Amino acid sequence: MSTIDESHLHSDPGIEGHSPHGGNGSARAGGPMASGGASPMQREQARTIFQKGSPGRRAFVCPQPEVPEVDAETLLPAGFRRAEPPRLPEVSEPEIVRHYVGISKRNFDLDSGFYPLGSCTMKHNPRLHERVAALPGHARLHPLQDPDRAQGALELMWSLQGALAEISGLAHVSLQPSAGSHGELAGVLLTRAYHEDRGESRHKVLTPDTAHGTNPATVTMAGLEVVKVATNEDGGVDVDDLRAKADGDVACLMLTNPNTLGLFDPNIAEIAQIVHGVGATLYYDGANLNAVMGLSRPGDMGFDIVHFNLHKSFTQPHGGGGPGSGPIAVSDRIAPFLPLPLVVRGEDGRFDLEYGRGRAGSKSIGRLRGFQGNYGCFVRAYAYICSLGGDGLKDASETAVLNANYLLARLREPSVAEYLPLPYGELCMHEFVLSGGPMKKALQVKTLDLAKRLLDFGFHPPTVYFPLLVEEALMVEPTETETKETLDSFAEAIATILQEAAEDPEIARGAPYTTPVRRLDEVAAAKHPVIRQALG
Amino acid sequence: MSRYTATTPDDLAAMLAAIGVDSLQEIFDRQIPTEVRLGRELDLPDGLGEQDVYEHLRSLAARNTSTEEELSFLGAGMYDHYVPALIDMLMERSEFLTPYTPYQPEISQGGLQVMFEYQTAVCELTGLPVSNASSYEGPSAVAAAGYLAKLHNGRSRFVISAGLHPHSIETLRTNAHGYGMDVVEVPLTTGSAGGITDPDAWAQAIDADTSAAIFAQPNFYGAVEDAAALSAAAKAAGASLPAGGAASGQGAGAPVVVAQVDPIALGVLKAPGECGVDVAVGEGQPLGNRLDFGGPSFGLFAARQEYLRRMPGRIAGETLDVDGRRGFVLTLQTREQHIRREKATSNICTAQALNALAGVVYLTWLGRRGIVELGELLLARTHYARETLAGIDGVEKLHQQPVIREFAVRLDVDVAAVRRRCAGEGVNPGVDLHALTGRESDRGGLLVAITERRTRADIDRLARVLEHAIAAERQAAVLA
Repeated sequence: MSTIDESHLHSDPGIEGHSPHGGNGSARAGGPMASGGASPMQREQARTIFQKGSPGRRAFVCPQPEVPEVDAETLLPAGFRRAEPPRLPEVSEPEIVRHYVGISKRNFDLDSGFYPLGSCTMKHNPRLHERVAALPGHARLHPLQDPDRAQGALELMWSLQGALAEISGLAHVSLQPSAGSHGELAGVLLTRAYHEDRGESRHKVLTPDTAHGTNPATVTMAGLEVVKVATNEDGGVDVDDLRAKADGDVACLMLTNPNTLGLFDPNIAEIAQIVHGVGATLYYDGANLNAVMGLSRPGDMGFDIVHFNLHKSFTQPHGGGGPGSGPIAVSDRIAPFLPLPLVVRGEDGRFDLEYGRGRAGSKSIGRLRGFQGNYGCFVRAYAYICSLGGDGLKDASETAVLNANYLLARLREPSVAEYLPLPYGELCMHEFVLSGGPMKKALQVKTLDLAKRLLDFGFHPPTVYFPLLVEEALMVEPTETETKETLDSFAEAIATILQEAAEDPEIARGAPYTTPVRRLDEVAAAKHPVIRQALG
Repeated sequence: MSRYTATTPDDLAAMLAAIGVDSLQEIFDRQIPTEVRLGRELDLPDGLGEQDVYEHLRSLAARNTSTEEELSFLGAGMYDHYVPALIDMLMERSEFLTPYTPYQPEISQGGLQVMFEYQTAVCELTGLPVSNASSYEGPSAVAAAGYLAKLHNGRSRFVISAGLHPHSIETLRTNAHGYGMDVVEVPLTTGSAGGITDPDAWAQAIDADTSAAIFAQPNFYGAVEDAAALSAAAKAAGASLPAGGAASGQGAGAPVVVAQVDPIALGVLKAPGECGVDVAVGEGQPLGNRLDFGGPSFGLFAARQEYLRRMPGRIAGETLDVDGRRGFVLTLQTREQHIRREKATSNICTAQALNALAGVVYLTWLGRRGIVELGELLLARTHYARETLAGIDGVEKLHQQPVIREFAVRLDVDVAAVRRRCAGEGVNPGVDLHALTGRESDRGGLLVAITERRTRADIDRLARVLEHAIAAERQAAVLA
C-alpha cells in the first residue's frame, strides 16, 4: 500500500529546511543509540556491489566446452557480437555473501518485528512453505513438462482452485494472474468480454473514492473510464450516489468489502441489486479477504468476479515487493471468458492443461502472461490451506478481526483518541483507519512524523495517507498472527510518542534517529533521478 | 487457536472486555448482515500438522518429473541453468524474504539498494540508460512495453514479428484488445535464408499508425536476428511518416522499437541499446531463478532516457538523508497507481522484488568475465548439439541462422511419438513446436535448449536416444 501522497513528493516540510538532530539522545525509547552521534551502521557509507571488487576477481568457474573448437565467426558473426562485455562486478564469492548479507541488515522485516501495514496483510510466513516449495519436484519442474509427467503439479493447482472457489463462493478459478493488480486487469477484461459477447459496449467502471489506486489504474489500462462513487457518512458506498450513476453504460462496479476503511458495507445486498439491475458486473478486490474467510463469501454477496492476493490472505512471503500471485474466481456467466490455459480433470482422474486453441467458439480473453502462473506461490498457498483447513481459515479471519478491534480499543483510550480519532465506524473488521488531523493541528506533528518516530521504537509503521478521504490517515492492520503483548506494546508506543510530542514536537519531526539512514530527500531524488550506479 | 495464532482464553476475555463486547460473535453480528453470512463451515479438509503437510506436498512433488530426474532439453522461455547455492541462502534470509515494498526507506535500505544495483546491472546488460526494478515476467513485460508505446505516441497498431514467443504474442493481444490496439504479425523468412523476421514485410507493415514495432532477439526458434537492421528499418519507415500523437522521437514518425531479449545471451550478443532498440524487455528466469513450473520469475524492462517518466513499476533512486548520508528511495512515484490512479502509467503494484534480487546476485556471481565465458560456452555446445542432431537420419535444421543456446530442428516422423519414446529412456529431447504454437509450419518441429548443465556426454546421449526413437518410429509407421 501507498504510504505517501503526492504533496509529499513535491514539498515535504519534514525534509526541507530541517536542521539535523544528530541523534543527541532524543530517541529515548528507540533502539540502540550510539552515544555521541551515529551508530556503526549509520557511519558506514552505502557502497554498491559495483563499487567493490577488483578486475580479475570472480565467483563463477566456467565449465570446459568439451566440444570441438569452431571458429568464432561461424558460431556468431562479428556483426552480431558485443564489442565490450557488460560492466558487471568483479568480485569473489565471499565478497558477494558479505555484501548482500550486510545490506540485508539494513532492512526491517516481518520476522524481526510488528508490521501493521494496512491493506497488506503482513501475517507470519511459515518456513514450512519455503521447504516444500523448494522440493525439486516443484522447484525444478519445467513449465512445458508433459502433463503426464507433471500430474502432481496439476493436481495441486486443481486442489488450490477448488479451495479458492469454496472460500470465495464462486465456482470457476484461474490461477494465472501474477499479482493482485494483474488479477484486477483480468477481471476488467473479463467484464469487457462479457458485455461484448452480449453485443453491448459499455464504457464506465464505478469505483468508490476509497478504492485502492490499482482499481482506477486498471480501468484505464483496460480501455474503460473511471467514474467515482461517493462514500456515505458511515464509511460505506453512498447508495444514492451509486443509484444515480448506475446506468446502461456502466460495465462494472469495483468494490473492496470490507473496504479500505476496514468496514464491512452493510448495504452490500442492495448495492449488488443496483449494479446487477443495470446489467453491470460486480468486481471484488480481494485485498481484504483476510477479514472474512469462512465468515462471508464474495459470491454470496453477489460478486461476479473476485481476485485473491495469495501473498496477503494466504501468506506467500512479500519478498520486499513481490512475487505475488493474483488468482481470480468468477461466476457461471463469466466463466466462458476466463484466461487460458485452464487446469482440467478428465473422467479418468488425469489432469491436463486446456489451451482452447482452435476450439470453435472459445470466448476466452486469452493469455495474461507466460505459462501457468506463479506456481511457486501456489505451492505455498496450498500448503497454508492444508495446514489450516476450513476451521483454521475461519479462525485466522476471526482472530485477525479480534486483534484489529483490540488494538483499536487500545488506541481509543482518551490520551490517544484525542489526537488520533476514528473517523468512521465503531467496530472494525481486520483493519482500521485513524485520522492524524487533530494531532497535526494540536501538536504540529503529522502522520508522517508519527510513522517515522515509530521506526525508532522498532515497529514498521501502518500505511499512511491512505485512504485519501481521511485526513492524515493511518491505516492499521495487525493480522491474526500477532500476540496480545505485541498489540499492547504498539499501543503503548503510540501513546508514548504522542505524550513526547506534546512536550516537544521536534522529536517526532526529526525522527527517525536510530535507523541506518535518517529521513531521505525524496524531492531531490525525483527532481534529478539517479537510478543506476555510475561506472568509471 | 489455529496453527499460527496465539490467543489464549484469558487473552480473549481481556480483549473482548477492552473492546466492550460480550463475545467474538458479537463483533461480526454487529457488522455483517445475516443474509451474506456463511451459515456453515467451509467445505475444506481439516487442517494438518506440519509433518503431514510436508508429506502431502512431497508426495505431489514426487509425481512430477523435474529436470533433476531426466535429461531435459526443454526451454522455450524458461531454462535449466545452474542456480548457485548462495542465491538460495540470500533469498531465504528473513530480511529479504519477509518485508514488503520499501515504503519506509529508512528501514528498507537493503531492498532499495538491491533494486538500485539490479537496475544498474540491467542497464549494463542492455546498453540502455533506464531500468525499472522488475516487471512480472517476460510476456507481460512485452505487453507493458506496448502500453508504454501507446501512452507515448497514441497510435493504434502494433507491428510484431512472428519470431516473438507465442506466449508474448498472445499476452500482447489480450492486453491490446483492452486498450484498443490492433496487432499485425510479420512472418518469418523461409527457404535457405529462413527463420528470421522478413525484412521487407517488416518495413512494409510499419505505417503512420504503428505505435510500436516488436521483435525477439534471439527469436522463438533460436535464430539470432539482425536487431540493428530491424530497428533501422522501423525507424526509416517511420522517418518518412508525419509525426503522430505525442511522438517526440528520433525520426518524426518512428514507432517505439521494442525487443524481447534473452538476458543470458547478452554476454556475447550486441546490446539492444547499441542496435537502436528503444525498449528492451525479457524473461528474467535464466538469471538465477528456478523453474518453478513457470513462475515466479521476473521481467526485465529497460528503455531510453526519454521513456523514463512513462516506465511501469517501481524504480529506486539515489538521494541523501538529512545528515548527508547516501541512501535510496522509491522514486518517480508520480508515474504510479497509488499516486496517479487512473492516470498512472501502469497498474502494477507488487512485482517481483525477490526474484530480481536473485537476478542481480546471479549476474554478480557470473561477473564481467563470466557472462561472456558462459555465452561462449553456450555458443560452442549449442553449435555442437545442433550439428550432431542434424547429422541424424530424419533430422534437419529448421533454419540455418546463428543460434546461441537453443535451436529448432524438424523430424520426419511424429514429434509427440518420438518424445514419448525418448521419455522412456529418461531423455526429454525438447519442446514439441507445433503443440506449443499451433502453427502448421511448425509440424515436426523440435526446439532444443542447451544450458551449461548439459555436457557433451549429455548431448551425445540425446543424439543416440533421438536417433533410436526416430528409427523405431519409422519402423512402427511402416508396420502400421
